[in-house]
Amino acid sequence: MANVFIFPTTSLILSDLVARFGYTPLSAAMQIREIIQTPGLESPPLQITPEDPKKGLHWAAVEVPSGVRGRMSLYGPLLERAEAAIIVNNPEYSFGCMGCARTNELLVFLVRKKKIPVLDLEYPTSDEEGREFVAAIRRFLDSLPGASA
Amino acid sequence: MKMYTPRYTGTVTKYVFVESPEMTPSDLAIRAYEISQGVMIKETCFGLQVTGKEEDVNRIIDSLRALDPVHIFVKDRGFPPGDTRRCRANLGGARPGYFGHEFEMGLIRFISGGLTALPSRRPDEVPEPPAPKRREGLAADRLKEIIESQES
Repeated sequence: MANVFIFPTTSLILSDLVARFGYTPLSAAMQIREIIQTPGLESPPLQITPEDPKKGLHWAAVEVPSGVRGRMSLYGPLLERAEAAIIVNNPEYSFGCMGCARTNELLVFLVRKKKIPVLDLEYPTSDEEGREFVAAIRRFLDSLPGASA
Repeated sequence: MKMYTPRYTGTVTKYVFVESPEMTPSDLAIRAYEISQGVMIKETCFGLQVTGKEEDVNRIIDSLRALDPVHIFVKDRGFPPGDTRRCRANLGGARPGYFGHEFEMGLIRFISGGLTALPSRRPDEVPEPPAPKRREGLAADRLKEIIESQES
């Protein structure tokens, strides 16, 4: 089943729904797990070392701040594996420093540039919107190549 | 710099959130302990954290989810429970990432409602989800007009 990139990358709702409907959610936790389970030099809290902004050059130009490039070394491999994406726009809780904000913008831009199927949503704020939100995700996943439905 | 030796290598950790009128996190924990078979279970205020080999964790989560499918939610976690880099016992205050959970748990009842309604939905019914509003950008012609009006 397809690998589905989710944005926000830490979203419980998106991660659960994608997995529940039989697809693989590509979330930040998978990358963080890989990094913190790899031996090396101690660099708490996320084991990000000076090497990571260099790896980030694959997705961001050299004049982009190292904070964005370091974050891209975390998210970039997820983008590479993505076959579809679900983006929830304007998530309040992903508000953060300029590094986070610019990385979020770059991530969404790179997803759209990749020309994969993308579902654009907002978080539901009522029962009716919740029903449509879940149905839209189900329908989107069922429409992906290789889906069983 | 010190050398870093990771703990719990080869394991996965998953969060299990429960927001149910019929089940509490401690009910869920008791059920999880019954079938844990060596997998680490940590009870929390919102549900559980389950750490172990991926197939064992998935087996437990499938059993737990079957108890109340539309009110139990699962997601991956990068760090194992009690990791000193993330645990609030070491850091003080809310754990990083808690605010995201807090925000989404406020909306989770809408998702539960959506999952409950999904089987009775007609397959040909087109969903109309909340979508981002498109803002019209400034047209290039209009920008040119503005520039020219300022120059003259």
